[in-house]
Amino acid sequence: MIRWEGFRPPQPGANNDLGLGLIAAAFPDGVFPTGAIHEFISSSPEDTAASGGFIAGLVQKLLDRGGACLWISYTRRIYPPALKLFGVDPDRVIFVDVPLQKDVLWVTEEALKCEGVATVICETKYLSFTESQRLQLAVEKSRVTGFVLRKDVKKVNTTACVTRWQIRPVRSQLRVGMPGVGHPRWQVELLKVRNGRPGNWTVEWKKQNFQTINVPQLTEETRRYA
Amino acid sequence: MPKRYASIWFRHLLTDQKAIRQPGLKGKAYVFAEPDRGRMLITALTDAARKYGVVEGMTVADARVIAPNLQVFDGKPGRNLKLLTGLAEWFLRYTPLVQLDPPDGLLLDVTGCTHLKGGEKAYLQEIVARLKTIGYDVRPAIADTIGTAWGVARCATSGLIVPEGEHRNALMPLPPSALRLPTEVLLRLRNLGLYQISSFVYMTNPVLRRRFGKNMVLRLKQALGQEAEYLFPLKEPVPYSERLECLEAVSTRPAIEIALNSLLEKLCKRLYGEGLGVRSVLLTWYRVDGENGNISIGTNHPSNRVQHLFKLFFIKLDTIAPGLGIELLVLEALKTDPISNKQSELWSAKGGADSGDVAELLDRLAGRIGTDHINRYLPGEHYWPERTPQPNTDIKKKPESDWRTDKPRPMQLLDQPEPIEAMALTPDYPPKLFIWKGEQHVIVGADGPERIEREWWLEPGEHRDYYIAEDEAGRRYWLFRSGHYKAENKQHWYLHGFFA
Repeated sequence: MIRWEGFRPPQPGANNDLGLGLIAAAFPDGVFPTGAIHEFISSSPEDTAASGGFIAGLVQKLLDRGGACLWISYTRRIYPPALKLFGVDPDRVIFVDVPLQKDVLWVTEEALKCEGVATVICETKYLSFTESQRLQLAVEKSRVTGFVLRKDVKKVNTTACVTRWQIRPVRSQLRVGMPGVGHPRWQVELLKVRNGRPGNWTVEWKKQNFQTINVPQLTEETRRYA
Repeated sequence: MPKRYASIWFRHLLTDQKAIRQPGLKGKAYVFAEPDRGRMLITALTDAARKYGVVEGMTVADARVIAPNLQVFDGKPGRNLKLLTGLAEWFLRYTPLVQLDPPDGLLLDVTGCTHLKGGEKAYLQEIVARLKTIGYDVRPAIADTIGTAWGVARCATSGLIVPEGEHRNALMPLPPSALRLPTEVLLRLRNLGLYQISSFVYMTNPVLRRRFGKNMVLRLKQALGQEAEYLFPLKEPVPYSERLECLEAVSTRPAIEIALNSLLEKLCKRLYGEGLGVRSVLLTWYRVDGENGNISIGTNHPSNRVQHLFKLFFIKLDTIAPGLGIELLVLEALKTDPISNKQSELWSAKGGADSGDVAELLDRLAGRIGTDHINRYLPGEHYWPERTPQPNTDIKKKPESDWRTDKPRPMQLLDQPEPIEAMALTPDYPPKLFIWKGEQHVIVGADGPERIEREWWLEPGEHRDYYIAEDEAGRRYWLFRSGHYKAENKQHWYLHGFFA
């Protein structure tokens, strides 16, 4: 039944660990589904930045196996040098700035069909159910991992994507008493996952890896910059 | 193969063109006149006007006396060149090598072209017939040398096709004006009683040179084929080009697709044999009614795969307007590069960004959205945040320096920094709170300042002091103050980005 839904068992011998740690247990077989479409929802530019960071962390591992990465968007604000902080070489990413919004999904579908591509990140506002089905069908043949980053989503609609995430920035933490801003820290919500268990984690990006923080500690009121 | 040249003489180039524009003028007596030293001189005239005794170079006032109904139009200098260029492009369907021959002719290199139309006679007949339906009165001639063809077209009464090796005999009975000579030389020849080429062709060169100048000897020798003469074609022939002349004009999309496919197959087969691939291809179509147009594609990698190139053209096929039908399609490979060895790619399951698959994908995308919308970024040697990533359209280029990771940079950067209202009480410290889009953000943690100087050799302006600021909800911003700290309400704070 799982196979009919577009899942394929992970290839033996392949390194399927994307460094997600505890989060990986939420997926079927405990492996992050590659060759599928993942949907990220954000409602503000801050959320979009956080989602971008989380995606970049995942893309880093996917790119280790070779292949190209395409970043498709209509109004792009992503700042390429920041990708390096998440382990992705910015010069390996091809940025496609689509001048017409209606072409975004056409470009994404073409890119997802291409087998030489490792991952495709698509920034869009709208994604209807039919469009998401088309994207999902495209990757089931080519085994490309697709990330759809939906910006400024006001109303969430049903899609055929395998997972749906929401990443929000939360307050970073340094050692007690230290001023400044710590490592990027996010509230990662897995709202929907096919054949898996949705969940909610606090994740920090530290030492080029995801670190799941088990017990979200209370932020100290006393902490202030110097 | 011996060279064969054709000369096309438009007997009434300007007046014919006027009659095409205004069909009512056909057969009427009218002239073109241009001002010259305060009078109007006739530069072009019709046969009907000639019957009255009007000749070129006459003043309009004189002509009006002998021909009362004469219509006079203003001539424009350089108009004939413009017309000839258009006609030369039209002639590309008969031969790829066409040269303008001002004031009123064209020269064609027809070597190896005539058999396509069924021989030299049929070739010329078709040219004359088609130009006649358009409205031009022409006299063509074919000979072994450019000079002979020119002379025969203008001066001979019959025998317009000079057989191979017969050009010397064909020239003999012609007047000296068949040799493309200036008027004063012609007058001198006439005064000396030399009315035919045969009467001076046997004179020795020094004799001719002394009396008529170097140029006359050169022209004579060129006509006789003793001196080489070259054609300077209007368009440089492209080394890799294929032509498809349709037996019947095509106007439907499937027919154009089939034609394009067969052209691509021929071109790619040739390129494959030579280990080359195209980077840029131009498809030009010529319509029955003389219109033409072209579509071009470019590729990131040299390619000689028919399917891929066809796909690229397929996206743009809608722009072809076949009208009444297309009779000729020309496919030219404008830029070719050697193709790299394919075997080395067998080993990697998924190639890098420059693998063939991805290159073909990018070509397809570029065909739809344009090449300038597909970018890669390489590290630029700049501190100014807007200039750090340098856009680059070449997908193979490797970065020359490393990306810097010592300073944090935001995930999202605004194109234009947005002004915010910030409350900063202490100099060189981040603000306590700021208001952006009407929302108040209380800053609880901050890093900075990181001063970035403006690159004064590129643009003037103030430096920026950047702070990473985290608000109560954990949202992280990149703020900066433009310039130094000033008294309250005089500082300019901006929001420039969002951290992950």
